[in-house]
Amino acid sequence: MTAFAAREYHRFEAAGKPFVYLVPSAAVFALDDVGDAILSAVTERPHSRDELSVTFGANFGVDRVLGTLDALVSVRAIGEAAKPAPPARKVFPLKPFPLTTMVLNVTNQCNLACTYCYEYSEDKIVDTENGKKPKFMTDETARQSVEFMLKESGDNPVAHLTFFGGETLMNFPVLQRTIAYARERARETGKVVDFSLTTNATLLKPEIVEFLVANDVGVTISIDGPPDVQDKFRVFKNGNGSYDVVAPKIKDLISKHRRRPIGARVTLTSGTLDVKRIFRHLTEDIGFQEIGFAPATTAPKHDYSITDEGFDTLLGQFRELAEEFLEAAVQNRHHAFSNVKETLGEIHKGMSKAYPCGAGLGLMGVATDGDVALCHRFAGSDAHKLGTVADGIDRTAQRAFLETHHIDEKTDCRTCWARPICSGGCYHEAHTRHGDTTKANLHYCEWIRGWTDICLKVYAELSERNPAFLTQFDHDEAPERAS
Amino acid sequence: MTYLKAVNRKAAQIDRQLRDAEGDVVALQGGQPPQQPAAHIPLGCSTVFSPGWEVDRTGGTAGLCQPVERDLFDCHIGCYWPAQVPDQLNHAPSWTSSCAAAQKDWRKIDLVFP
Repeated sequence: MTAFAAREYHRFEAAGKPFVYLVPSAAVFALDDVGDAILSAVTERPHSRDELSVTFGANFGVDRVLGTLDALVSVRAIGEAAKPAPPARKVFPLKPFPLTTMVLNVTNQCNLACTYCYEYSEDKIVDTENGKKPKFMTDETARQSVEFMLKESGDNPVAHLTFFGGETLMNFPVLQRTIAYARERARETGKVVDFSLTTNATLLKPEIVEFLVANDVGVTISIDGPPDVQDKFRVFKNGNGSYDVVAPKIKDLISKHRRRPIGARVTLTSGTLDVKRIFRHLTEDIGFQEIGFAPATTAPKHDYSITDEGFDTLLGQFRELAEEFLEAAVQNRHHAFSNVKETLGEIHKGMSKAYPCGAGLGLMGVATDGDVALCHRFAGSDAHKLGTVADGIDRTAQRAFLETHHIDEKTDCRTCWARPICSGGCYHEAHTRHGDTTKANLHYCEWIRGWTDICLKVYAELSERNPAFLTQFDHDEAPERAS
Repeated sequence: MTYLKAVNRKAAQIDRQLRDAEGDVVALQGGQPPQQPAAHIPLGCSTVFSPGWEVDRTGGTAGLCQPVERDLFDCHIGCYWPAQVPDQLNHAPSWTSSCAAAQKDWRKIDLVFP
């Protein structure tokens, strides 16, 4: 007699009901009490059909038990114990994969000296001070990059161009002329180019704000929170904190730039884990519409690196903010916690990622000299180069990258239920922590599973209490903000 | 799905796919026309010239006026020819359920043992 056993799944409860998140399909199903009972029984040990109908038939009726069993088998929550789940096929993206977002590092210089910065601290990949790369991108390279972007975007009607640095606004003149050029070329090629930039806000001034508003440029600001938090790491080269300089400039920008939400991008360290206080300050006192948090990317030896206990504290605070988000969403009110929204979108679509992010595929970073890299965090690194804007994408290098970084190659992830969403995590984080982009980020697995569980609960609860809210995720969202 | 409720888009997609597959088998059993009207099945050797199992001058099948894989369908649906195909009415009703278009999907047709 065939015995049935559980396949990979994650069970969670929301709105008082049981749900399952299936792996690797990333499908979310609501269970009734029969489904829950069967799944729990076959998880404990394999059961045959007869055994299940004897055990649960009296309570639920044999037809319902067998019907539910068949349904669970058909969605692959359960399978025959003797036949292990068929291995997922290693599917590679279509070739040539269109470029959605190009991140242009217009300079590798910065006027701040944030202690934790991945670009300049001990963890840096590229020597931007004495290295061979030019410190500022020239107009010619920027124009070549625009041509590269338009060509590599293939049939996509929209291309996203994100300006990055260094401190992006240190090369404002080139940025300004590049936008004008890209607009003209977009018109000629029948495409739309969407512009955005990331800045530390120190160099914002009325003329620049006016330009950003007039050109509908999306803005993400790197800021860590109230003065005591911001000034801990985000300092000028003389050691002075930057809060007093940036706060009024940001308020001015937010008051004038009304067409696109201005996002704050907060870097968290071991000393600044007061997420809720930071969130309140940035939304209520400064007026940001979107707040995204990310732990500083750093080798574990630095004292600002977040420890295991730190991640626990962080998860607790993220949970509280996610609950706030949920209550706001139930009432169709806006809530600025971006992290939860991003994950909800991925859960809604049922994304099961072969790669953790679009780096090297739909997203690429361009260094000041026009070298194309996996993403902006690797811009300028010869070891992570995928071509040049002049010669195009090096398809052999790209293929090799895709072969070696596929989720199937990350043996550590094979038994993790959160892999459809995490897929091993950030390449740059892996490079900094483990010295190798192909490695999975094992130092934050618990955190990722905890966070994914929180988001699944928020999602399932919304599906019960305000399903209309979730339809916003049916549309293809804006590209991720570069950070 | 009667016993499970699809919550996210992927679940709905799986649900839809399963229902479509179910519908396919029912249709074959009920003697209804196949669900994909686009699939072209010739009506037997008396009205269509089927060259059988020959090969073309290169030793392949691509150059034949009808590829050999189409003969399979020719022989067991519209023709009396005693082809070695499963009894699709009684024994193997879903034998061709994964083969929506013979020209494309014939490799998916599996062996059936009595």
